[in-house]
Amino acid sequence: MSNVTLIGYGSGNIASVRFALERLGARVRVTADPVDVLDAERVILPGVGAAGYAMKRLEALGLVEALRAFERPLMGVCLGQQLLFEASDEDGDVPMLGLIPGRVTAIEPKPSMPSPHMGWSRLTKRRDDPLLEGVNDGEWAYFVHGFVCPDGEATIAAADYGLPVPAVVNHKNRWGCQFHPERSAKTGARILKNFLELPA
Amino acid sequence: MTARRIIPCLDVKDGRVVKGVRFEGHVDMGDAAELAARYRDEGADELVFYDITASPEGRTLDYSWVQDIARLLDIPFCVAGGIRTVEQAARCLDHGADKVSINSPALERPELIAEMAQVLGRQCVVVGVDSAFQDGEWKVHKYTGDPNARQGAGKLTLDWILEAQKLGAGEIVLNCIDQDGVRKGYDIAQLSAVRERLTIPLVASGGAGAMEHFLSAFKDADVSGALAASVFHSGAIAIPDLKTYLDQNGVEVRI
Repeated sequence: MSNVTLIGYGSGNIASVRFALERLGARVRVTADPVDVLDAERVILPGVGAAGYAMKRLEALGLVEALRAFERPLMGVCLGQQLLFEASDEDGDVPMLGLIPGRVTAIEPKPSMPSPHMGWSRLTKRRDDPLLEGVNDGEWAYFVHGFVCPDGEATIAAADYGLPVPAVVNHKNRWGCQFHPERSAKTGARILKNFLELPA
Repeated sequence: MTARRIIPCLDVKDGRVVKGVRFEGHVDMGDAAELAARYRDEGADELVFYDITASPEGRTLDYSWVQDIARLLDIPFCVAGGIRTVEQAARCLDHGADKVSINSPALERPELIAEMAQVLGRQCVVVGVDSAFQDGEWKVHKYTGDPNARQGAGKLTLDWILEAQKLGAGEIVLNCIDQDGVRKGYDIAQLSAVRERLTIPLVASGGAGAMEHFLSAFKDADVSGALAASVFHSGAIAIPDLKTYLDQNGVEVRI
């Protein structure tokens, strides 16, 4: 059974991520203590509020340095994925964890494509990755986000929303899921299971 | 693109799903988490749980049933009814809800929308709007959960949805109450007028009675999702059949 540490640093989708991990049989520890993080087997960083608020919370709790120093598997979910990048246009100009190069920008609404991007979109894989084991092109995932990560080398699966949406990213020991795996039915459960099975 | 969402709405009272029977109160339909699982298995894209009569009585939510649902579900769900503060909304999310929907409390104090968006993120903040056609205009109503408390809110629908969006709403659910419960179709004219003005997602509510009504809401009013209650609960429309029908008619759905 995998042990996973979930960063609980405010109100967000922490409970739903925890329940999804528990459905997979994982032992989940929810914490905001940097010492727990450094000592964790694997870490999930969920989203809390908006980028500025989330970074303020992480800073206040002393978690920024702990997350930067963490060398085992780390996965950001939804806003948690965005926080892995360098900066965000949300709330003005917010410096973030800087673990993956690039800047997070707003999704401009277009006809038939309102913003936030809210709902089920299909995934297309860019390259094979242990996190995407058993996930096929065209599977659906549930997205809710008004800001989008830069599309680049880190993108391992994308969704199309009038622009390429980096849906799953990876850089070194860090992964991110822009959609909500805990709310993406079987596809999401498979991705969480894959994360729990990554060598730590 | 996103698939157009099919969203069953369940009325919840004390953790049980109930069905309103006109002038006769409510009939127990079963445990909320169990019914939620059934709709998930049938292919619902999202669920809304509406804690009935909460706003008029000033009750607060009991969150244990929210947590029961969250433990079980692997699709998103929204909790509506009774939420009047950021703290209550945060508690809902902390118990596993993905979104919260506010209606009358947002009319009483519109800044609530901004406060919730700031702390929780606008993607969690759904504003429900009950709208009826009166004297040649669409007007907002409040306390519609209770026929005795229901009253006009003194706002025009097209003004209010823009104000809600500006304050930080992530989605609008427009419930066209002239259509509600009569199953004659969604109010396409009103939904289209609202859709044209909004940049955030719009969900249609009120009036679904046949599969063509869903098709029209998606094709003619370009809504992101369609919410319905009685047609699903009564079994009049099965979600798998509805999705096949929409797919065959050129609407992208998650099958």
